[in-house]
Amino acid sequence: MDQYTLNLLVVGATFALYIGIAIWARAGTTSEFYAAGRGVHPVTNGMATAADWMSAASFISMAGLIAFTGYDNSTYLMGWTGGYVLLALLLAPYLRKFGKFTVPEFIGDRFYSPTARLVAVVCLIVASVTYVIGQMTGVGVAFSRFLEVDVSTGLYIGAAVVFMYAVLGGMKGVTYTQVAQYVVLIIAYTIPAIFISLQLTGNPIPGLGLFGDHVASGEPLLAKLDGLVTDLGFAAYTEHHTNTFNMVLFTLSLMIGTAGLPHVIIRFFTVPKVADARWSAGWALVFIALLYLTAPAVGAMARLNLIDTVYPNGPQAEALAYDERPDWMKNWEVTGLLKFEDKNGDGLIQWYNDKNASFTEAAAARGWQGSELTVNNDILVLANPEIAQLPGWVIALVAAGGLAAALSTAAGLLLAISGAVSHDLIKGQLNPNISEKGELLSARIAMAVAIAVATYLGLNPPGFAAQTVALAFGLAAASIFPVLMMGIFSKRVNNVGAVAGMLTGLVFTLVYIFLHKGWFFVPGTNSFPDTIEGSLLGISSTAIGTVGAVLNFAVAIGVSRVTQAPPREIQDLVESIRIPKGAGAAAADH
Amino acid sequence: MAEQPSNNEYWSANIRLVTVCLVIWAVVSFGFGILLRPMLSGIAVGGTDLGFWFAQQGSILVFLALIFFYAWRMNSLDRQFGVEED
Repeated sequence: MDQYTLNLLVVGATFALYIGIAIWARAGTTSEFYAAGRGVHPVTNGMATAADWMSAASFISMAGLIAFTGYDNSTYLMGWTGGYVLLALLLAPYLRKFGKFTVPEFIGDRFYSPTARLVAVVCLIVASVTYVIGQMTGVGVAFSRFLEVDVSTGLYIGAAVVFMYAVLGGMKGVTYTQVAQYVVLIIAYTIPAIFISLQLTGNPIPGLGLFGDHVASGEPLLAKLDGLVTDLGFAAYTEHHTNTFNMVLFTLSLMIGTAGLPHVIIRFFTVPKVADARWSAGWALVFIALLYLTAPAVGAMARLNLIDTVYPNGPQAEALAYDERPDWMKNWEVTGLLKFEDKNGDGLIQWYNDKNASFTEAAAARGWQGSELTVNNDILVLANPEIAQLPGWVIALVAAGGLAAALSTAAGLLLAISGAVSHDLIKGQLNPNISEKGELLSARIAMAVAIAVATYLGLNPPGFAAQTVALAFGLAAASIFPVLMMGIFSKRVNNVGAVAGMLTGLVFTLVYIFLHKGWFFVPGTNSFPDTIEGSLLGISSTAIGTVGAVLNFAVAIGVSRVTQAPPREIQDLVESIRIPKGAGAAAADH
Repeated sequence: MAEQPSNNEYWSANIRLVTVCLVIWAVVSFGFGILLRPMLSGIAVGGTDLGFWFAQQGSILVFLALIFFYAWRMNSLDRQFGVEED
């Protein structure tokens, strides 16, 4: 059986499974559509949360980000997991106790302010739409690489599948497909990693292999890698080269942003009890950690493998001849993600760091005239099974895994968007007397429209699409997380304070990002270069969410101090969300 | 709620627990993983140092332990103060 048929079979089988689940898990009520009837087991929800959270970026890009930078990109590992501690300790149990359906609804009720709810809806939509475009383009790319259709056809197929289970099943359908997608993606990620770890270190657990010995040389793997990369003029893998202050702020931004992203928070509305929400956050991190503990190992090992492939006899000896390159290189050259340009015309693939001034002389002495290989970050995970010469079904599985990661996150985001539109805008503002049936229908229509918009934006990605980390995490950190936390941990923060705080965090963060990346991301309209050294405050635009969050807290608390305290019933509401008792009653009167 | 004074004790016990957990959370990630890494550079772990291990693996394991510890402690505090769900 050829690779194409195999890919088609495996991807087709997973899609059939998702559609089967969609038909089985249809939603009949708004409670099922928004919160899966609040009957999801904490472990099941943990697994669904892991798939909801781990996007195309976690599955495809993260190992590459770490591989080509090393220690400095540990920010992603700590940031994207550390946020779950904040979520578990500061938000999830209380928001579950509150017992409503959307994040803006909590903000609106707790701060007795339709304006606060509206600001929250705007932040939610901007963050989620930015995020969803990346997932949709990821679906298109995965399809075109593995199933040889063009990107737009791939996108239509992906959108049609999401349509099936998200419109029919709402949160209920999405939950159970996410569980299936988690299983597919974790198997697809782990199998190639185990084989590569066995080949390089003899240890079947990649996370242990990373700190083990390199079998071929007998040296510790990381020491070996440090030696190889520095021999080629690259920065040492395990050393710290970036600005420490920015590394801290960026990690914190990712953490606070993770805890404030609405599509993750609403997953915790689906468990039966407050105690379950606490356990469930732990299970979510267990399932996330299975991938996040493997990713740095995949990164380091793939980098080592790649150097070994290009320099079969070590970096001091001749590089690989282009004519003798392995098949996987040929496959990926077709996609343009791997490029070779023979700058010195000797037919050999010299790959080194030509931006390192102190290495220029050594390179020139060997007759090298610039690095001749460009490798895209995203290749590493996708090409891993080919590099490790694994059987064809593993390659097919990785294709299905990448699609599962992108589709599961897309569905979660679309659910957050459609909930905000139907529940917060239509029921909350336009037509409060809408019937249960009417709201369910409007939720389905909002979902269908959101899918259509996301597909259109996936086909014609606007300038902000690539700015997920700055825009989505920045806004979630600066506008949503602080008011949620203050809403629970302070009885004094009032409506005026919350609106002022959210707007300050939102405007400050947006303007700072625009000043460095261009107004509305139009190239050339930025006032400052998008680097740490050239930036306005010495803080990178991707790390500014932390400062926005601090301003949000400060303004909200300051303004609340000089304005009237919240009314008695709001203070009672805060008291009641602080204790688990009575959650059943809160859900029943909805 | 004035008629249930024990809730305040429950809440301050919760705040103490959250504070302790968040201090550990910050120390393993921002501390050992980033700011204090030079201090830990003498401790070798598999071809590199302890700070690198915390940044790429250790902090995630500690985060996991923290969440489960918090869930277990809070669920028993709920019962101790009689505020658990029926």
